Amino acid sequence: MPPQIKVENVYKVFGRDAGRAVRMIEEGLGKEEIMQKTRLAVGVSDASFEVEKGELLVVMGLSGSGKSTLLRCINRLIEPTAGKIYIDDVDITQLSEKELLALRAKKFGMVFQRFALLPHRTVLQNTEFGLEIQRVPVAEREQKARNALELVGLKGWEDNYPEQLSGGMQQRVGLARALAIDPDILLMDEAFSALDPLIRREMQDELLALQSRVHKTILFITHDLDEALKIGDRIVMMKDGRIVQIGTPEEILTEPATPYVEKFVEDVNLAKVLTAGSIMHKASAVTFPKDGPKTALHKMKEIGISNILVVDTDRRLIGQVSADGAIQLARKNVPSLESIIQRDVPTVHPEERINEVFAEEKFPVAVVDEKNRLKGLIIRGAVLAALAEKRSS
Amino acid sequence: MDMPLPKLQIGDAIEAVIDYFTINFAFITRAVSDLMETGIDVLVDAMLFFPAWVMILVFSGLAWWMTRRPRVGIFTLVGLLLIWNLELWEPTVSTIALVLIATVIAVAIGLPIGIAAALYGGLNRVIMPILDFMQTMPAFVYLIPAIPFFGLGPVSAIFSTVIFAMPPAIRLTCLGIQQVPKDLVEAADSFGANRMQKLFKLQLPLATPTIMAGINQTIMLSLSMVVIAAMIGAKGLGGEVWKAIQRFEPGDGFEAGLGVVIIAMVLDRMTQRFGTKKKT
Repeated sequence: MPPQIKVENVYKVFGRDAGRAVRMIEEGLGKEEIMQKTRLAVGVSDASFEVEKGELLVVMGLSGSGKSTLLRCINRLIEPTAGKIYIDDVDITQLSEKELLALRAKKFGMVFQRFALLPHRTVLQNTEFGLEIQRVPVAEREQKARNALELVGLKGWEDNYPEQLSGGMQQRVGLARALAIDPDILLMDEAFSALDPLIRREMQDELLALQSRVHKTILFITHDLDEALKIGDRIVMMKDGRIVQIGTPEEILTEPATPYVEKFVEDVNLAKVLTAGSIMHKASAVTFPKDGPKTALHKMKEIGISNILVVDTDRRLIGQVSADGAIQLARKNVPSLESIIQRDVPTVHPEERINEVFAEEKFPVAVVDEKNRLKGLIIRGAVLAALAEKRSS
Repeated sequence: MDMPLPKLQIGDAIEAVIDYFTINFAFITRAVSDLMETGIDVLVDAMLFFPAWVMILVFSGLAWWMTRRPRVGIFTLVGLLLIWNLELWEPTVSTIALVLIATVIAVAIGLPIGIAAALYGGLNRVIMPILDFMQTMPAFVYLIPAIPFFGLGPVSAIFSTVIFAMPPAIRLTCLGIQQVPKDLVEAADSFGANRMQKLFKLQLPLATPTIMAGINQTIMLSLSMVVIAAMIGAKGLGGEVWKAIQRFEPGDGFEAGLGVVIIAMVLDRMTQRFGTKKKT
């Protein structure tokens, strides 16, 4: 199956004699230099990527990185200066004006940062807009629009005007308008950036829930890395019109391709994406119930911890003992640790995400599998150290 | 002292052009003139067919309905009753008819030009200086060439009125369309809308309040020009003023002038809020 969208060496240069700038890019000149020499603004240079059917691809970059320009090249709201764009194997850069309008009407649903709803139309009429353009009969388009509004949770608001709705609800109308035409591809241009953080997160969750039902190919533009990491199947990182890295959220975080991406990633709360398994320490020091307090104390002293996990011979977790308890036992010359084992050790599954681990607060946290076998442990100080280590490696 | 250079013959050139048109096309303009004169007569006769008080009630009701404000209706009622009382009802009706016809023609020509100017930048650059010219040239000047084309009378008045009153309709139509937010136009584009769909589903509806402000101005300019056009034989309130000037009857002149003021205020209030959105 061909990719739904395939972008091949796409350039966009604003201004006359754009070809000259393309040649300069190919010679390796940067955006700034070209601007100084030719007064031409480079929007996108040499972008290539593919989007599979049903994939949610996020294009992420700061303002001026060319991400919005790139998005608009894909439905030719902006004409690319050079390069090819295939939608289902059709090179759309070769389409006539008429074919292009038909393609936009059928294949693309676009959602805008500032919603771009028509103020003189009701919610229902706004949602019908795309179908109206396609000259779908009145009854059918009303039905489809109502379905789309129900899908985004706006049933009952059909006859209101956009200005009577909150920002989040207006963007739902924007989403319903795009979904109403049942497009293969959703183009979302900073769709949630104008919303306040709480609503934004809610909309992200709903988009993911919606996507699991409708399985559209989604190209989502954002400047918010948290958002990109949360919703993207893969992320395209852009800087100064160039694509600097393409990868899954995990890859972007753990293997940043350039110093730029790395710097970007530094600001992110890494805990949001890393799993317990990926940051746990090997539980090299464990003790067994038969061990005496002195052995346990020795092991703790060796690696400088104040609590040690107790496992059985199959490495199944039993509990933990504290250094304090072991010292008292040693003073009383009690040979077995049995009496001081605390059995309420916090545990996590290796697949669990770190932010949930942090919520436990009690350290160390034992990482165990389904059979309660100890896989590793997470220590408070070591968590951040591990994250920092991973980033710089 | 005269300039040492010979005078540029701009006036002669204009006259030659007008002569040429008069000689070669007068049969058309005269036919149009006859046709329009009949139209004006029919409209005036129709309005005068009903007793004055019926028409006054109709106008007041219309003012109320259009503005949804009882105050405007009451003002219209009182104002028109005063005009009737001053025995100016007949000239008032003929003035209203002239304004109505001139406005309809000005809008019918101006709206498409305004739309075209908004959509095609090149045309815009040509039209705007012409509009400046049309608006700043003293209104009286338009009266002169109207006469050879259409003869003395109301048709000439309408011709010069249309030229004088059309610019705001063009200008504000153009402005209204240009002011439609770019992201809305882009949204329409993204759904594959063609030029006509964009125009009728997006640009014109959003430009309506601005276009209506333009039409309001066109109406007001029409009224002022229709009054001036009395000098070339338009009847109506302007004719009354003109008569008063010639006979030096300041009282009559003031009364007719008052009539113009009342009509101006009524027309202005009626059309001012026309374009604003009505919402429940």
